[in-house]
Amino acid sequence: MTSIADVESPPRQGPGRRLSTFFVRHSRLRLAALLALPLGWLLVIYLGSLFLLLLASFWEVGGILGTDIVHSWNLDNYKTLVDEPVYRNVAFRTISMAVLVTVADAVLAFPIAYYMARVATPRTRNALVVAVLTPLWASYLVKAYSWRTILGEEGVLNWLLAPFGLSGPGYSSTGLWLAFTYLWLPFMILPIYAGLERIPGSLIEASADLGGKSVRTFWKVTLPLAFPAVVAGSIFTFSLTLGDYILPGLISDQQFIGTVIYNDRGSNLPVAAAFAMVPVLVMTAYLWGAKRLGAFENL
Amino acid sequence: MTESRTARICLRLGAAGTLAFIYFPLVVIAIYAFNENISQTWPIEAYTTKWFSVAWNNPDVRDALWLSVKAASGATVIALVLGTLAGLAVSRSRFFGREVISFLVILPIALPGIVTGLALQATILNVLDPLGISFSIWTIVIGHATFCIVVLYNNAVARMRRVSGNLDEASMDLGADGWQTFRFVTFPQLRSALLAGALLAFALSFDEVVVTIFTSGAQRTLPIWMFENFARPRELPVVNVVALFVIFASIIPVWIAQRIAGGTGLAAERAGQGAVAASIEAEP
Repeated sequence: MTSIADVESPPRQGPGRRLSTFFVRHSRLRLAALLALPLGWLLVIYLGSLFLLLLASFWEVGGILGTDIVHSWNLDNYKTLVDEPVYRNVAFRTISMAVLVTVADAVLAFPIAYYMARVATPRTRNALVVAVLTPLWASYLVKAYSWRTILGEEGVLNWLLAPFGLSGPGYSSTGLWLAFTYLWLPFMILPIYAGLERIPGSLIEASADLGGKSVRTFWKVTLPLAFPAVVAGSIFTFSLTLGDYILPGLISDQQFIGTVIYNDRGSNLPVAAAFAMVPVLVMTAYLWGAKRLGAFENL
Repeated sequence: MTESRTARICLRLGAAGTLAFIYFPLVVIAIYAFNENISQTWPIEAYTTKWFSVAWNNPDVRDALWLSVKAASGATVIALVLGTLAGLAVSRSRFFGREVISFLVILPIALPGIVTGLALQATILNVLDPLGISFSIWTIVIGHATFCIVVLYNNAVARMRRVSGNLDEASMDLGADGWQTFRFVTFPQLRSALLAGALLAFALSFDEVVVTIFTSGAQRTLPIWMFENFARPRELPVVNVVALFVIFASIIPVWIAQRIAGGTGLAAERAGQGAVAASIEAEP
């Protein structure tokens, strides 16, 4: 342990020592020194950018060519969003997709999460956590691209279904829904698993002792207790679906909030900025609701 | 164990089915990397490894890979410094606005990526560009560092919660100054968590595309190169190889990170979007 020898060396004198003593004595200043860089970065670069985005949503494009950005100060972009049915439809379609994906993920995630939390041995459980975590980290873009190949006319899915006389959804809303459900599934499994693991086994046994059949126990005891965890997982599935523009571009020719923002980003930043406020508002409301349901304790 | 035998068998089948679903697309893309034919039809008729050398010798792929590595390294270093500082500040002191800091650190990955991306692009074009800073590797690094901070922050906070503050106090009582205490007592306990966090941040940055498209201008990171080539049927065999490579390049650091951080820390120190999890959990 060389470190002990170093620690026992006679106290250093000099500006370094004085500085460190100063910070030990003045913990508020030490805190300020620790926070200055990270807080400065996030406030200036990140919140600053978000604020600029908000400002940009009040600008408009104009000039002789109609491509210059005019730093105006009006609500025209928001009026456009409300008045033009296109934007309403796109917003409605995107939010519906987010709801459907969330529901599908919750249904798919529950059995495996339940198995991990209450049936599997500790060894299997750890292996399963890793098995679920690993694809979560495997490149998002690669997984999106993989679904493009799978769903293609001559892709794996049609080949698998052909013997049954069926065909896959192809590049359609259903195909997109399937791929979204796939992409965000691990984000739903992990919180539900954590939530189920926290339910004391005694509660479930008590329900069984009192005559509750397993189905009844599930509906009346397990599910209500695990519900905040489902809401916690749904924050990810919902937010990620709302903001995606790559997967819809690969698998569907319909427009979603993300694809509209992406297409407008160069030609009409102000409208794109205004439209970007829709997912921000929806997520703010969603997070607020989730907090009230106690979902944050389950994240 | 109150679940009936039937229920347990059903659960086991359900879990196995879900796992198969989770891995199916990864396996498909891995097989396609060995497809001899340029067209992406299934079943594959002939297998080859030739596209690996084609990909390796493709100068665009090499440039993109190099840019990705540089950008991810830069973002990791910045996130390491900023995330650790914020984590230390939040861990050992209680102060007004502590929750605000957690919230601020998490925000870049809690908001949809397109919002973060568009906001950064607006700043680059309207603020940085007039100052003479246009799209460059630095704009990519700034964007990535912003959403990687949470990973390091999270790992630092989770580790600090597990180690006792008594050791720091003992060190001070024995005459060490603040710096010595950090250097010889606090940091050695944090080291593995920070290393794991840095690996996760690197993986997060390396395959990020949603925000990067907005901050890169005309430059191509490896994911952006892939994204641009999805539409070019002749390039798809190389795209498949790169896709397989990217899967491993993002998974391997995560596996190493999990080993370093130790099995018990897995849940607490899992990162990425799941990081939101642990950090919020860290706040009572």
